[in-house]
Amino acid sequence: MKAEEPSLLSRKFFDEMRAADGTVRHAYAELAGLLDNLSIDSLVTKQNAAEELFRRLGITFAVYAEGGSTERLIPFDLIPRILDRSEWDLVERGCIQRVKAINVFLYDIYHDQEIIKAGLVPPEFVLLNPAFRPEMLGVEPPKNVYAHIAGIDLIRTGERDFFVLEDNVRTPSGISYVLENREIMMRLFPDAFVGQSISPVGNYPEQLLENLRAVAPSGAEDPVVVLLTPGRYNSAYFEHVFLAEQMGIELVEGGDLFVRDGCVWMRTTEGPVKVDVIYRRVDDDFMDPLAFRADSALGVPGLLSVIRSGRVALANALGTGVADDKAMYCYVPRMIEFYLGEHAILNNVHTYMLRDPKQRQHVFENLRNLVVKEVQGSGGYGMLIGPASTAEEREAYKRRVMRNPDNYIAQPTLALSTAPTLIEGEIVPRHVDLRPFVLSGKDTSVISGGLTRVALRKGSLVVNSSQGGGTKDTWVLER
Amino acid sequence: MLSRTAENLFWMARDMERAENTARMLDVSFRMALLPSTINKQALHFEPILAIAPGDGRFGELYGELTHETIVRYVALEPANPASIWSLIKLARENARAQRSAISSEAWESLNSTWLQVQNLDFAGLARWGYRDFFDWVKERSHLFRGVVFGTMLHDDAFRFIRLGTFIERADNTARILDVKYHVLLPETEQVGGYVDYYQWGALLRSVGAFRAYRRVYHDTVYPWRIAELLILRADMPRSLHHCYEVVIGTLDELAGKKQLECRRLAGQIYARLRYGRIDKIFQSGLHEFLIDFIASNSALGVQLQDDFLMTPTIIAGAA
Repeated sequence: MKAEEPSLLSRKFFDEMRAADGTVRHAYAELAGLLDNLSIDSLVTKQNAAEELFRRLGITFAVYAEGGSTERLIPFDLIPRILDRSEWDLVERGCIQRVKAINVFLYDIYHDQEIIKAGLVPPEFVLLNPAFRPEMLGVEPPKNVYAHIAGIDLIRTGERDFFVLEDNVRTPSGISYVLENREIMMRLFPDAFVGQSISPVGNYPEQLLENLRAVAPSGAEDPVVVLLTPGRYNSAYFEHVFLAEQMGIELVEGGDLFVRDGCVWMRTTEGPVKVDVIYRRVDDDFMDPLAFRADSALGVPGLLSVIRSGRVALANALGTGVADDKAMYCYVPRMIEFYLGEHAILNNVHTYMLRDPKQRQHVFENLRNLVVKEVQGSGGYGMLIGPASTAEEREAYKRRVMRNPDNYIAQPTLALSTAPTLIEGEIVPRHVDLRPFVLSGKDTSVISGGLTRVALRKGSLVVNSSQGGGTKDTWVLER
Repeated sequence: MLSRTAENLFWMARDMERAENTARMLDVSFRMALLPSTINKQALHFEPILAIAPGDGRFGELYGELTHETIVRYVALEPANPASIWSLIKLARENARAQRSAISSEAWESLNSTWLQVQNLDFAGLARWGYRDFFDWVKERSHLFRGVVFGTMLHDDAFRFIRLGTFIERADNTARILDVKYHVLLPETEQVGGYVDYYQWGALLRSVGAFRAYRRVYHDTVYPWRIAELLILRADMPRSLHHCYEVVIGTLDELAGKKQLECRRLAGQIYARLRYGRIDKIFQSGLHEFLIDFIASNSALGVQLQDDFLMTPTIIAGAA
């Protein structure tokens, strides 16, 4: 087995499997034994088998490019990312704490706005935020929950050092990969699952359904829950189908729903059926053409009025985006202190606001070592990665920033941890992140596992699937 | 069940059935074109295909001259023609993809692999494959699809809407094939025995896979009125109008239960004419008129189905 020469850069990164002296960490002990008994050839064979399975199951995502979209397989790496119980406890407690605070924050800003009155969050960040929905002011969502499903993106830089990269509380995706990756790993490595106790993830759909039913408007005896998708051309359509199927609920499009007599109904072959909870995977802007974008064919005309009267629950609620953009991110630790009276368990990455001339000055002078992002951007689009940029690119980006400095933040380039990954017949370190999924409704809980994304290109720190990233199964050990 | 699901499944089945029938018609035309007396007017055998499956009517604009090659390009492979086999398989597969959770995974995989094989097929590839083998393949994929649906899906409402799609489309196609050839079937050609006639009728029967069925039923020379009787009135002939409507009626009864639906009334009306009709009466009042009327009623039933099962959003908007 040939090992790749670590580059100057990669030497200082925390490796998930091995300590600096080469010893195998506790979480990976069993796996190391398993890998020692497998030849590279048999790993490659299994890797191909996994790919074949994904293809056959039709697990694809759409990539948008000029001239239409294509269906693509998201690359899967079969060497799992493993966390032991104590590491996971930290992640779990931290994520729950964060999502609880965000839910209280959302309730607050759509009601009394105490946190603004207390001077902890600048009012313009909230009130002028494009994701803020004045229509939601004074609305009482069931159980006061706004973010029923949240995906918290984490990176790791050391033994106990996890940083939150961003909170996703709009319509986070990726859970289907968590479940399918596990299915495929259990097929390919049954021995590994017999040998150690790996927390199952397969009960996620059931937990999700329980949480969704828990937020049904009062009076609904046997609540009808539906999953609203933008349709088959959406990049995450596979996931929508998958989740609806797993939960045994209808997968609906805007045209399947209509508003009448103050309620939401769906068209069925047996006549209209009243809907109590909508798990929506459609963005705010497209939800109701009468209230938001009039050109949207994805939403349901009149839906907002039903939401406001509390006769249908929307998960996630409208207007959650105000809590998860990259500027508001900086204030989450303050939210935790203000609402919960606790210190943040998970670190925030130090973030410079480019709206502030002093901070901007500093950022411009150190652009080579920083990452600059758009406040509302996602998917790795529109960012500048300092260390990987040319002088020209940096100058061009500065000009772009100056056109609207409010729209940009900068962060130090992060030393994402690496995990062993099978690339072209060799096991080499590649950078990874982690997205655990947090459910709120009945209570707040985290599924023991998550989506590990891996940057497959050597040295790359960008893990987004739209930018050549892949995924790994994430094992949480019960001990 | 969601109305949109029913609609997608209904059209998935219709598109696949139509792809099969289109392949059948092409196949027969090719056989006909091989006959010596027709060698100089092979185009004649293809015109009916355009009459039955006109697609977007852009054949002339896209290809001009009617030859083996252009007809196959247009009717089998042309993406711009919404009624080409290529487009129909694509549509069937897209409808299936939209409803993957409503059909069995084997049904999805079967349709998906059909699409994957035809997706990048160009004319050169088709020529290498061989026309006839390609047509056989389309028929087989359609048989396979129906078989997979029958053998792996729960026989629930989803299954019933698929059946409705298959048989309403099949009835339409059989009627159209008959109608295009009706001039051949007119009783004035009593002068039977010429081999061109024999092959013409034989071809018509073969296009609906009924050549041997005819022999078994009638033990006799191929007479045009018997062909019409076989394909319109025989209940045991799986592509006859009568048979199609027997399935439609039965399926609608299962779907509607005790509800009084307009579509059930319409279907009953059509069915009665097939169940109790007589071929001499049909010829007396005009085969062409009968078929045109049938095609119109059949398509009206399709529209009524969409209304009765809430597949049409405008109905709701009107009621709101």
